[in-house]
Amino acid sequence: MSEMQATAEVTRQPGDRLKLLFVRIGILPVLLVAALVIFTMLSDNFLTGRNLMNVLRQSVYLTIVSLGQMLALLTGGFDLSVGTILALTSVVGALAMASAYAAMPEAVWLAIAIGCFAGIAAGTLIGAINGVGVALFNVSPFMMSLGMASVGFGAALYLTGGVPVYGMPQAFGDTFGFGSLFGIPAPVYVAAIIIVVLYLFLNRTPYGRYFYAVGGNIKAAGLSGINTKLTLFWTYLLCGMMAAISGMLLTARLDTGEANIGASMPLESIAACVIAGVSLRGGVGRLENVVLGALFIGLVQNGMNLARIESYLQTVVLGSLLILAVIADQIRLRFVASLKA
Amino acid sequence: MSSQDSEEGIRPSDGYPLLQTRNLTKHYPGVTALDDVDFELRAGEVHVLFGENGAGKSTLISMLAGANQPNGGAIEFKGKETPLHSVHEARDLGISAVFQEFSLIPQLTVLENLFLGAEPTRGGLLDKKAALQHGQDILDRLEFHLPLDRRVDRLTRAEQQMVEIAKAFRSDLSVLILDEPTASLTDHETEQLFKLIGRLKADGVGIVYITHRMAEIRQIGDRITVLRDGRYVDTVDAATTSEDALVSLMTGRVVGQIFPDIQFEPGAEVLRAEDIVTADDAVRGASLSVRRGEIVGLAGLVGSGKSSFVQACFGARPISGGRVWLKEREVTGQPTADLLRDGFLYLPANRHTDGLMLMRSVRENMSLAALNTRPFSRGWMLDRRAESRAVDELAERLSLSPRRVERAVEHFSGGNQQKVMLARSLTRDFDLIAFDEPTVGVDVGTRAAIYEFIAQLCRNGVGILLISSDLPEILHLSNRAFVFYRGHIQTELTGADITEENVLAHFFEREAA
Repeated sequence: MSEMQATAEVTRQPGDRLKLLFVRIGILPVLLVAALVIFTMLSDNFLTGRNLMNVLRQSVYLTIVSLGQMLALLTGGFDLSVGTILALTSVVGALAMASAYAAMPEAVWLAIAIGCFAGIAAGTLIGAINGVGVALFNVSPFMMSLGMASVGFGAALYLTGGVPVYGMPQAFGDTFGFGSLFGIPAPVYVAAIIIVVLYLFLNRTPYGRYFYAVGGNIKAAGLSGINTKLTLFWTYLLCGMMAAISGMLLTARLDTGEANIGASMPLESIAACVIAGVSLRGGVGRLENVVLGALFIGLVQNGMNLARIESYLQTVVLGSLLILAVIADQIRLRFVASLKA
Repeated sequence: MSSQDSEEGIRPSDGYPLLQTRNLTKHYPGVTALDDVDFELRAGEVHVLFGENGAGKSTLISMLAGANQPNGGAIEFKGKETPLHSVHEARDLGISAVFQEFSLIPQLTVLENLFLGAEPTRGGLLDKKAALQHGQDILDRLEFHLPLDRRVDRLTRAEQQMVEIAKAFRSDLSVLILDEPTASLTDHETEQLFKLIGRLKADGVGIVYITHRMAEIRQIGDRITVLRDGRYVDTVDAATTSEDALVSLMTGRVVGQIFPDIQFEPGAEVLRAEDIVTADDAVRGASLSVRRGEIVGLAGLVGSGKSSFVQACFGARPISGGRVWLKEREVTGQPTADLLRDGFLYLPANRHTDGLMLMRSVRENMSLAALNTRPFSRGWMLDRRAESRAVDELAERLSLSPRRVERAVEHFSGGNQQKVMLARSLTRDFDLIAFDEPTVGVDVGTRAAIYEFIAQLCRNGVGILLISSDLPEILHLSNRAFVFYRGHIQTELTGADITEENVLAHFFEREAA
């Protein structure tokens, strides 16, 4: 009998250690390795320097949106209007830039600045309205951002009549869409700057800590002197601004203002965060992991393209991955409880 | 009169064991809520469960009612081992519980609630006529005057309680479990309930009754089982056991031992509140003042307004009338952040819902209320190294166990979680600290440490507000005490006048002014 117990303990130990490892690192590293192995086997062109740089460039847009989405998730909400913000930013920015350029063809950079400002302001405004609704009127983030998604999409279509907006200066696309410095595409620099600034903000300032506190326990945060309403307002404003910047970069890449971009952004950005271990209950999530999560989704999309998987099937895979990540998170929580007991 | 009932009915000693537990044990992650408990309920008796908050009473009855399953031990019903897997299973056997949190659906009517989960049907369809008939029968038998078609959220709390009790009578009843049933009842309703209990006893129903009120134990209790820290202590006869004996059984030591000695030297006034009225009507005109170096106790039942009053002063609850001064500067209605800056801290009663970010680390939880002050930040940036140093010191000083400040708070025991929250009072200089139920769900050892912690703050000249439903805490720690009742202050007691009789006298009824 004592022998049986001994063997039982021996067999249990490695299992516990594996559990502990899983609890510590989460699902993302597992998925990353799996994706790398699978796609390298499926396509010879996958694991090349050029392709990986491609992945990096393609992932920039999702990465920036995911950073904003992470803020919303941290505070215990989410933002379903990020896709619309991309579209509205693109349309408003392109319209403003094209008309400024038409009015003063010699001041190219002024026109670009005006366009960028107008576009980002329009997107940020959607975020600010989300923030007012959630923070001030206690509308659930679900209803608020869903409603604003419809408002923004409608506005973008109304402004353009559904037709792409042309007439932006060539320099805009050349610089922010296709430009590169030291072999690294320009949008990657923009993303890098945002990542660094947001990292410092979240981890090195009291105000960053407030986002975690509001999501961690909003009552405790309030009783600790944190202005929870203001924090929530800033959450959605920053999330909107992030999506707007991404929208402007995408506009530069497309060289047109489009009302039809960004439809997959809400799902993909939430997926990137959840795969990266951001808790849907708020209060938990690390920025560096979210960047990896967004890169992972970019990697999967790129890999599936190279492996000639149909785009319709790709959305099936993405949705499945999201659900898988949530299930893995639940299993992780169960492991946490069982390791404690 | 109820004592007469018990004499006319079956004497408790004659009753056979109806419901019995053997070595009943329940673990939750990190805590053992119930440890090896033997309990016996006879037919026709009122068996009182007595113990402090967190002693395991609620855990025990939740398992007797089938709402929770034990990790070890067995439940025997009428002498046969009977695992209870669900509330429904228990109900079918005639075991019904009335919990403090009502299991009523507010949007449904009284009738719909009465038969929820056991709707009378005819050919697969709801049989409204039968339900109406049966429902009226139940209410008539209980002599409850309730309209069956009224939505439950339109009823008073006492009426809701009656619905909850009536639910237990859906099927034949053999065990009724009542968890502080009189907490929200008026005297008249309480009397009716006791009459009902008397009739049930005569019918041979066994009643498990949780209460903190000595008077009720005297009036209707037959036997008392005392629990402490999840363990069985003793079962005693209600008629012959003195209150003091009960209290020492409950706390496990001679009262007074765990409380520190404090020489009060009240200094300048730090808080003055006059005629506070809150917007939600929880407080209706209460005034008091606190001075440095004293502990002011706020006593009263749950919902008497003692917590709401302090929260209102702290800017955490809207005020509709009255004024607040902090250190002789008016701060009425100012935001919490300003009051913290000026040296006022409130530590809430429920650490899980109001106090802690459970999934975040000890470090982040301790520093939360002082993030924008030195040493935790310089200018715009956090000083992470200084933060770690400060938190390490606090963990050491409060002997946090285990001393791992980067661990998520949810993985600590209740007592250690409480320490994490209390540590906030040392993260910056405070002149006034309000502790709301500082020892709820905390073991006796930690409890003594917390009292010493509060005493030390007081000796250092901090003004302390101690909000507590635990009477000994108020009696032994406070220099002055105020008793709240329904949003008013009933009385102020000072020094030697703070006795159990004096406080309790003002707990329930408003004396003719």
